[in-house]
Amino acid sequence: MSTASTMTIDELIEEFDDLGDWADQCEVLIDMGRELPPMDESLKTERTKVHGCQSNVWMVAALSDDARPVLELIADSDAMIVKGLLSVILLAYSGRTPQEILDVDIEGIFRRLGLDRHLSTARRNGLAGMVKRVRQIAAEAAAA
Amino acid sequence: MSDSAAPLLDVAAVRRDFPILNRPFEQGRHRKGTLPVFLDSAASAQKPQCVIDRERDVEERYFANAYRGVYWFGAKVDEELEASRDAVRRFLNADSVDEIVFTSGTTMSLNLVARAWGGKFLQPGDEVLITEMEHHANIVPWQLICAERGATLRWLPITDDGRLDLECLDELLTARTKLFAVAAMSNVLGTVNPIDELARRAHDVGALICVDAAQSAPHGPLDVQCSGLDFVAFSGHKVFGPTGVGVCYGRRELFDAMNPFLGGGHMIRRVFKNHSEWAELPAKFEAGTLPIVQAIALQSAVEYVERLGHDAIAAHEQQLLRYATEQLTSVPGLTVYGPAIEHKGAICSFTIDGVSAEDLANLLDIKGVCVRHGHHCTMPLHDRLGISASVRASFSLYNTREDVNRLVDAIQFALERLRG
Ligand SMILES: Cc1ncc(COP(=O)(O)O)c(C=O)c1O
Repeated sequence: MSTASTMTIDELIEEFDDLGDWADQCEVLIDMGRELPPMDESLKTERTKVHGCQSNVWMVAALSDDARPVLELIADSDAMIVKGLLSVILLAYSGRTPQEILDVDIEGIFRRLGLDRHLSTARRNGLAGMVKRVRQIAAEAAAA
Repeated sequence: MSDSAAPLLDVAAVRRDFPILNRPFEQGRHRKGTLPVFLDSAASAQKPQCVIDRERDVEERYFANAYRGVYWFGAKVDEELEASRDAVRRFLNADSVDEIVFTSGTTMSLNLVARAWGGKFLQPGDEVLITEMEHHANIVPWQLICAERGATLRWLPITDDGRLDLECLDELLTARTKLFAVAAMSNVLGTVNPIDELARRAHDVGALICVDAAQSAPHGPLDVQCSGLDFVAFSGHKVFGPTGVGVCYGRRELFDAMNPFLGGGHMIRRVFKNHSEWAELPAKFEAGTLPIVQAIALQSAVEYVERLGHDAIAAHEQQLLRYATEQLTSVPGLTVYGPAIEHKGAICSFTIDGVSAEDLANLLDIKGVCVRHGHHCTMPLHDRLGISASVRASFSLYNTREDVNRLVDAIQFALERLRG
């Protein structure tokens, strides 16, 4: 089993397919959550908070100053499963240019991971809130 | 086993009355064949077969709109609705069916009181007293009407162990207080409040008492005459009845003096172009088409509870609460909020050190244990407790010690996963 930090989103989808069982998939999400580097406490402010979530979620993004600027995302939550979901989002988005981010079919990824079936409506709304935040940041960067 | 002379509840028989408890989850998130452990009755209770059958019976045999038709369907609907109203009257020991208004639920009932009473009688400088343990449904309507009328909302604090701080009552319940709105039982702490005493203290200063009985109703009825209550609100769906129907009890003199809440059909005697005259009670507060099927089936729910017997239900739930409390508090790092079990009903809201409520609820779900997490519509209470969320396991007449065991096993499973 590859670890979160080295896995691609396609590999994760494959792994979820192999597991088949939500209990095991949930365990992978928790493991991914555990591996997510913690966010500096000073970054956890009202401004970085993602609203519409049941648990606390914070997210900050910055554009790298490379010739081909990519979005760097840092995110955290007090819930491990939510941190796992944040890892999924990071896998899908990290290191991509703002335009590439806007082009990602994130709903399709969630569907292929079965998250649309296994998460509660409240959690799905929370997830949508996190995605919205990323896309907003990307849209601002793309327009700049 | 039993520590009182109360008759015992035949829980195995009770469970057979609730079809949903005896069906494995449909395939998806759970291992095949997993039966639910339903510990979320404080949010909404499951329905016994007699309630399900009653709803179907109305729809299949004689459904029509109420209070409109001369044909048999309509007449039968009217008759059944009034029979249900009378069952609710009995349940609350109200003096008259005119004091029983069908609403859509506790929330609408409390809004009705706030709007139709507060909107007419609250004056600038008046005070409304609520408590720190209220559900948002017994907070926000009072915030709105107080702001509109220039009245002041005051808060009765709770003690550290989650009971109303009665030592502050004299200071907060004064001649300025026009109404005291309080839950008979907290939906998070489980605290059962001393309603008789609170009613007496409110009346001593000339205030009315409005009781949110959403949580207490499934565990035991109120006696509005004996306790001297002015307004009472509860929801059908928490007393094993259908969703979409609730009750607002109001003392006749109060209901008579109030303005209507909603305007529309059925609540008028006569409509002119420039004004209208109101119908008699309870129609005055029942504008529009009622939730007819649900209101009729509420009778079956109330009578189901009465048939099992309040003493038997209370004895069973109290035993279960004691067992659950013992088992839960033996989990390292777990805190159960609320007072000692003598002062509460069968609700255990808890947190576990270092574990988020959302993770816990998700992992319990994997084991088929249905609990709720979050602030349970009590943000001021959670602020007071200094937590942002809790997990709530609420127990009802159909829960068993085995359910408690599965809850505790599932918590152990969750902790193993989360602590990795
Ligand atoms: C104490 C209390 N009051 C009011 C309500 C609101 O009830 P409803 O949503 O049925 O209107 C609830 C239920 O969530 C409750 O527990």
